[in-house]
Amino acid sequence: MKVKVISRSTDEFTRERSQDLQRVFRNFDPSLRTQEKAVEYVRALNAAKLDKMFAKPFIGAMDGHLDAVSCMAKNPNHLKGIFSGSMDGDIRLWDIANRRTICQFPGHQGAVRGLTASMDGRILISCGTDCIVRLWNVPVPTLNSYETSNNSSEPLAVYVWKNAFWAVDHQWDGDLFATASAQLDIWDHNRSQPVSSYEWGTDSVISVRFNPGEPNVLATSASDRSIALYDLRMSSPARKIIMRTKTNSICWNPREPMNFTAANEDCNCYSYDSRKLDEAKCVHRDHVSAVMDIDFSPSGREFVTGSYDRTIRIFPYNGGHSREIYHTKRMQRVFCVRFSCDASYVISGSDDTNLRLWKAKASEQLGVLLPREKRKHEYQEAVKNRYKHLPEVKRIVRHRHLPKPIFKAAALRRTIMDAERRKEERRKAHSAPGSISTVPLRRRRIIKEVE
Amino acid sequence: MEKELGNAVAERILPPTEQEVSDEIDVKLKKYLRGEGANLEVLKDKKLKGQLSVIEDLYGKSAKAAAKVEKWLMPSEGGYLEAEGLEKTWRIKQETISHEVDILSRRNQHDIILPALGPYSLDYTSNGRYMAIAGRKGHLALVDMKDLNLIKEFQVMETVRDVVFLHNELFFAAAQKKYPYIYNREGTELHCLKEHGSVLRLQFLKNHFLLASINKFGQLHYQDVTTGSMVGSFRTGLGRTDVMQVNPFNGVIATGHSGGSVAMWKPTSSAPLVKMLCHLGPVSALAFHPNGHLMATSGSERKIKLWDLRKFEVLQTLPGHAKTLDFSQKGLLAYGTGSFVQILGDLCGAQNYTRYMAHSMVKGYQIGKILFRPYEDVLGIGHSMGWSSILIPGSGEPNFDTWVANPFETSKQRREKEVRSLLDKLPPETISLNPSKIGTVMAVKKKEKKTKKERDAEEEAAIDAAKGITMKKKTKGRNKPTKREKKKHELIEKAKRPFLHEQIKEEEGLSRKRLRLSEEVELPKSLQRFARKKTVT
Repeated sequence: MKVKVISRSTDEFTRERSQDLQRVFRNFDPSLRTQEKAVEYVRALNAAKLDKMFAKPFIGAMDGHLDAVSCMAKNPNHLKGIFSGSMDGDIRLWDIANRRTICQFPGHQGAVRGLTASMDGRILISCGTDCIVRLWNVPVPTLNSYETSNNSSEPLAVYVWKNAFWAVDHQWDGDLFATASAQLDIWDHNRSQPVSSYEWGTDSVISVRFNPGEPNVLATSASDRSIALYDLRMSSPARKIIMRTKTNSICWNPREPMNFTAANEDCNCYSYDSRKLDEAKCVHRDHVSAVMDIDFSPSGREFVTGSYDRTIRIFPYNGGHSREIYHTKRMQRVFCVRFSCDASYVISGSDDTNLRLWKAKASEQLGVLLPREKRKHEYQEAVKNRYKHLPEVKRIVRHRHLPKPIFKAAALRRTIMDAERRKEERRKAHSAPGSISTVPLRRRRIIKEVE
Repeated sequence: MEKELGNAVAERILPPTEQEVSDEIDVKLKKYLRGEGANLEVLKDKKLKGQLSVIEDLYGKSAKAAAKVEKWLMPSEGGYLEAEGLEKTWRIKQETISHEVDILSRRNQHDIILPALGPYSLDYTSNGRYMAIAGRKGHLALVDMKDLNLIKEFQVMETVRDVVFLHNELFFAAAQKKYPYIYNREGTELHCLKEHGSVLRLQFLKNHFLLASINKFGQLHYQDVTTGSMVGSFRTGLGRTDVMQVNPFNGVIATGHSGGSVAMWKPTSSAPLVKMLCHLGPVSALAFHPNGHLMATSGSERKIKLWDLRKFEVLQTLPGHAKTLDFSQKGLLAYGTGSFVQILGDLCGAQNYTRYMAHSMVKGYQIGKILFRPYEDVLGIGHSMGWSSILIPGSGEPNFDTWVANPFETSKQRREKEVRSLLDKLPPETISLNPSKIGTVMAVKKKEKKTKKERDAEEEAAIDAAKGITMKKKTKGRNKPTKREKKKHELIEKAKRPFLHEQIKEEEGLSRKRLRLSEEVELPKSLQRFARKKTVT
């Protein structure tokens, strides 16, 4: 007879000293864990609920401006710094971490309309309705803080030009910058006059952005409802499309530099492939009023938009609806938004003279995470993702509280769209087959493409 | 080509032990894969295909890791009992075993004689560390089985029919003469559950924190012990019974009745999920295999039946009468009758239970309840003269998981686990016959279709209604009988039209369905809607 029975000595299965860690034994046998799918589902549900409980995206407001914030610029060389310009000609450099003004750049008469920093982060370029471009020296950040000796600085150079400016953007690689006024002007840091100018049509250009991949390519939008692409190596503009409504702002996708997204006056954003402008790649709809500004996350996976309806939304780069909506009672019309350079914060500037700092992921835990905490978050994310299609989880994850006016406006928009769609369907049903073709929304808002 | 050759050679010259190991791991892998992966080849959507293949890959990897952990990292191996020569395992006595095993295990063979307050019923905590015993005449006690230390014993001075631990050893419920009560470890009475009535049998659903009971009047009660709310209370309508067992696999409760039927219940419906006629006489005991697919029942007509719960079919019928039945973690089936305990085992792995061990107590002892101790090779027996414990090698799971049930739990770990299990508490709706259905796609419900007769009747009614409309008298010249007749005809046609439309639509749908059926593909239900549609030429 051979016999063996389970016999565990306590010493082998418990710790030796009280300072030791408790010993852990694993057995992954599925039969020990009954109803594991149900347990996982409950965990997903709890994770979704916890996510909602911790969703406190607003970090703080930065006040100091005396008039509406009209434009902002990131400092590509310094994570904590952001420039903002206001309607009364005030330009400030902020320390996001401490939410303080570090430095002011006085000089502009009238509104500052455009701000941009050179890629090395040394020079700030500003322009405004006073027809002046100013170049500023950016104070050098030290390890702890900025040198606080000079709280305001003098411009490096002042270039006066003919028309009021609407926007400015710096080249990603090189030292050219472009301003948008009645025409598009390309400037060099050291020249008091534009290197070259482009004009296409008579209306003024309202926004300009350089391509992150190809330093000589840029996109502009103009008040004649057009979006135009330019190549600085050619003497004339490359192509343009005319849409039904004006585009307020443009942003290139930094990870897929052939694509850009246009923030349009008709509440939608349109993602285009610059090689194929006859239809949008994706229409991002959710806002209920004109979209004023747009900025891509450095990861290129999502972008943030600020709208005239007093909200900020974050969209996935390929999704038709927003992932997140941010609003507060006190935030008025949003004129400018920026993603921070580490993709974890969003900064918005609005009519109520404040800059606001938001988390890009509403329920993200700030601060240094322990490995255990990190694993826990990963697990919760995974189970939530696995059960996201189940009705209860979906309901909790999708739910967002909306201010009443926006909720009503969205419902109204939906009603209008549905009615239009129904009408179209009925017209189609009662017409000869093939006589009416439905134009998809991706193409419907484009009037024509001009080479 | 050369690489392939090289591979083939490598496979051939792999040392035999290594080959064996990989085979062994492959066998173990099957358990952790939890079914076969979906066939992704037929998917049309490339993005979905990519995502799913990544997920399938991950499943494979994690299953492989788990199989390797099982192969190499498990601290202990299971017990066994092997006969040599002409010996038979069922002839080996407990005394013989006790000479062969170590001192620690020998302590697990004991008889506690308490003739005054019996017969005894018992229950173990899920980690197998503690035992609660209840003597019929009011004796309740809590024993730490690791060092056989009596934690608490007290007398409630009335009949106690059953005892059951709640989620850990701190609380236990006892079914007493009039009501069940909840006590804590110190023996303090915490709650009197009056709504349950005089309960014959108690069960606790660990994942759901539900205390289930069946009382003298055949009423089944489910009470949530965290909130105290009564989740469900139904009349079984099948008479008084004290045969009730929870299926650990899915949380369904089965009750055996005097009519020979077994009914399965969930707390959210008053009608039983399943009602099956198992025996010709009264059902005397009932037990579930931990994997949930096997049920053993015994009837008074001296038969023990093993049921496949996936098909609700008898797998095996054994002769013998059992007063009490229990499955061990490793799938041994013990039954007790009179003063005799028999253990059956599925020794060849073909769901064919044969004799494995036997044990007879002193003549005259009446066995009331037998229960395998989790994570140990021990069988506890509650009988009319006290309780006993015997060694059954190979019955318990040798390796515990600290996060599931830890026999060496410290109080801090116990507190931590209590919080975690409360966070993972399942709602009562998750109890169903197939627990893996959660998160899968529900089959589309067919619309209630009207029969042809009904449709015809409706059409007839509509036409009659159209005929019955009284015409207005029009001005002279427009009130001609021909015009009136024409108008009437139009009205009738109009009433017929929607029915015609419906019929046309239905015919179209049928023809399309036929087309689709002809090119059906082999896919799991949830993926069928993504299947590539063949082009019709």
